[in-house]
Amino acid sequence: MSELAKRHAPVPALTEWDYAPAPEAREIVQLEKRYGLFIGGKFVKPRSGEWFKSISPSSEETLAEVAQASEQDVNLAVKAARSAYEDGWSRLAASERAKYLFRIARLLQERSRELAVLESLDGGKPIRESRDVDLPLAAAHFFYYAGWADKLEYAFPARKPKPIGVAGQIIPWNFPLLMLAWKIAPALAAGNTVVLKPAETTPRTALFFADICRQAELPPGVVNIVTGDGRAGAALVKHEGVDKIAFTGSTEVGKAIQRELAGTGTKLTLELGGKAANIVFDDCALDQAIEGIVNGIYFNQGHVCCAGSRLLVQESIYEATVAKLKQRLETLRLGDPLDKNTDIGAINSKAQLDRITELVQSGQDEGAEMYQPPCRLPEKGYWFAPTVFTNVAQSHRIAQEEIFGPVLSVLTFRTPEEAVEKANNTPYGLSAGVWTEKGSRILWMADRLRAGVVWANTFNRFDPASPFGGYKESGFGREGGRHGLEPYLSFEGSESWGG
Amino acid sequence: MAQAPVLPRGFELPLEPRLPRIGSVDAVALEERAATLAKRSIKKDSKLQAYDLAVRMMDLTTLEGADTPGKVAALCSKAMRPDPVDPSIPPVAAVCVYPNLVPTAKARLDGSGVKVASVATAFPSGQSPLAVKLADVREAVELGADEVDMVIDRGAFLSGRYAKVYDEIVKVKEACGHAHLKVILETGELGTYDNVRRASLLAMAAGGDFIKTSTGKINPAATLPVTLCMLEAIRDVHEETGRVVGMKPAGGIRTAKQAIQYLVVLHETLGLQWMTPDLFRFGASSLLNDVLMQIRKQKTGRYQSIDYFTID
Repeated sequence: MSELAKRHAPVPALTEWDYAPAPEAREIVQLEKRYGLFIGGKFVKPRSGEWFKSISPSSEETLAEVAQASEQDVNLAVKAARSAYEDGWSRLAASERAKYLFRIARLLQERSRELAVLESLDGGKPIRESRDVDLPLAAAHFFYYAGWADKLEYAFPARKPKPIGVAGQIIPWNFPLLMLAWKIAPALAAGNTVVLKPAETTPRTALFFADICRQAELPPGVVNIVTGDGRAGAALVKHEGVDKIAFTGSTEVGKAIQRELAGTGTKLTLELGGKAANIVFDDCALDQAIEGIVNGIYFNQGHVCCAGSRLLVQESIYEATVAKLKQRLETLRLGDPLDKNTDIGAINSKAQLDRITELVQSGQDEGAEMYQPPCRLPEKGYWFAPTVFTNVAQSHRIAQEEIFGPVLSVLTFRTPEEAVEKANNTPYGLSAGVWTEKGSRILWMADRLRAGVVWANTFNRFDPASPFGGYKESGFGREGGRHGLEPYLSFEGSESWGG
Repeated sequence: MAQAPVLPRGFELPLEPRLPRIGSVDAVALEERAATLAKRSIKKDSKLQAYDLAVRMMDLTTLEGADTPGKVAALCSKAMRPDPVDPSIPPVAAVCVYPNLVPTAKARLDGSGVKVASVATAFPSGQSPLAVKLADVREAVELGADEVDMVIDRGAFLSGRYAKVYDEIVKVKEACGHAHLKVILETGELGTYDNVRRASLLAMAAGGDFIKTSTGKINPAATLPVTLCMLEAIRDVHEETGRVVGMKPAGGIRTAKQAIQYLVVLHETLGLQWMTPDLFRFGASSLLNDVLMQIRKQKTGRYQSIDYFTID
């Protein structure tokens, strides 16, 4: 070999570089064996005498036993909320209410590491997300609404806002603590007391939050937490002592609640499902759009009501987009939710895994083309590999139904008009995404998309100051921002406002 | 049939038809992606592996008016044997100097496998006539440089004379002969990621073997998002044409932790194939000692004082 050739002899590249496991320490959370109901500022045993197991979806290990609230238990919780409301909370100076909310917000920050670990352990979401998204946003919501508590007269000038009483709140399992914050922070800021029912599969952070309420010395009964399955939720909805129901969850249950409450005078807001279109134009910044597509559908394993589950790509860049997307999927790291390098965690429950599996099978049966990157699923727990369907038609079930899993359906369009038409062609209307370098097109699209939130050149971004909510079967009412206070207030001369 | 009007000279990008669309870059999303990758937690064996690779990828650099044969000789010793007490530490990839110091470096590094890189083309500003720049390159190569680090003409680029930038790179590449060409974009002067992407594609189309962020004389020098932006351009060229181009972030990379972040970005953008000194280099001077210190910490479990690492 000549001297020159030797100098330029190729140096072999690495053949592998596996990141060593980097798990967050779970020892920082102390798990008790059993958790009762949080009623009137105390943890109490359920009158039902019934307990159920709370398991970790990533390992199937039992984390604790949690109380199943019966009608009787829910009744006690509503009573506790009512007396807290009447005995003082509703008459407390608004600036004092704000102090409690600020205190809770700070405690959420102080204890965010414990809460993040607990959230990932209980729900299966990657620690990277619970640490960097769920916890900071939950605290931000309390800070934000703490600021509004003594400024309600300015938020709604000349309308004399007043609290409405006891709010019954039912939240889903995809963002357990964050949804709790979305519900409890505005309700308390407006001067109401609450009975909150967390989802059956993810009660742990709500119970931890109960402890934070005690630490903040929140008056007993202002926040009550009743755990259990749908029976506890139904009891709360039916309870006559509840003045308002706020529900986030499936469209099916939302419809049932609306039927139940029709004609009762109980106020209602619903935040339900979605089948968002993420629309990619050929002039977009493609590499960044790919990140947005990935974040849109694989964030939190696709357990996101506003997930960008329908990708609409302009046909001229279809091939390049799909090729880049597949390449990107290969770098997603699926595994232990507590590992700091994990991008995709566990599916929240066996039931949800079954539903995803069934819908994905229907996609294959109906003739769509499936792609999954090579990835090893852990043996224990509930897992589903990130999935992309191409050759999808509007009529396929995977393009119509909410999958609530890491499954993306890719469709194409030719013109902006066609993109709008296809995007709106769904019973849902929660969110949409637009990717283009052209500012005027963003505005043109946002005007025409029937969705509560339209993201431009980003996706799944939340802020407490920004209202969130849906059109059509995605529900009604807004959470976040000044708008998020309205459902928790009554106004002089218009009793049903904000209902 | 009417003929399409001829585009004014310098307007068109003289790229081969098979090169990717120029496209654009979204700054917010790019920076967010870089920040996410920077949070990867690299531990234990994967960390040691990264440190070893970082040493092998280093272009140990001195580019001062005060450089002397003595200074460069010392640097060369360090390059060949970075840690005198730990023979398992590999030599670095190259020593990077001004043309006048190439003979010294060449003599000291002879037979070691460590390459000599020389800056040229009126480094760092590039504001000289083309003939001077080409002469600069030829001299550096004749003096023994294995690699040439050129600067693009930012004055031409920022005034829209892309063809001038392109033509210069083509001529410099010719003048390099067998020497490898790294094209410095000086991203700190380009102002936008869109410009960084455009300049990257231009440099690759014109024949650069590597694209490099900075001279080290301008702030900001290399950053994680700018590197990600350039790696994405390299990826697009590879996808479209099959050509494999290297990347060199330079300037501002001082800690082992930063080096790992760059390697993670490289790994998750271009994959293992690019994880070789042939295709990725760090342009740095103070980085080496921090990496050596971290390697010893990783091996012994204890930090040693900076006085146990040689300053060259």
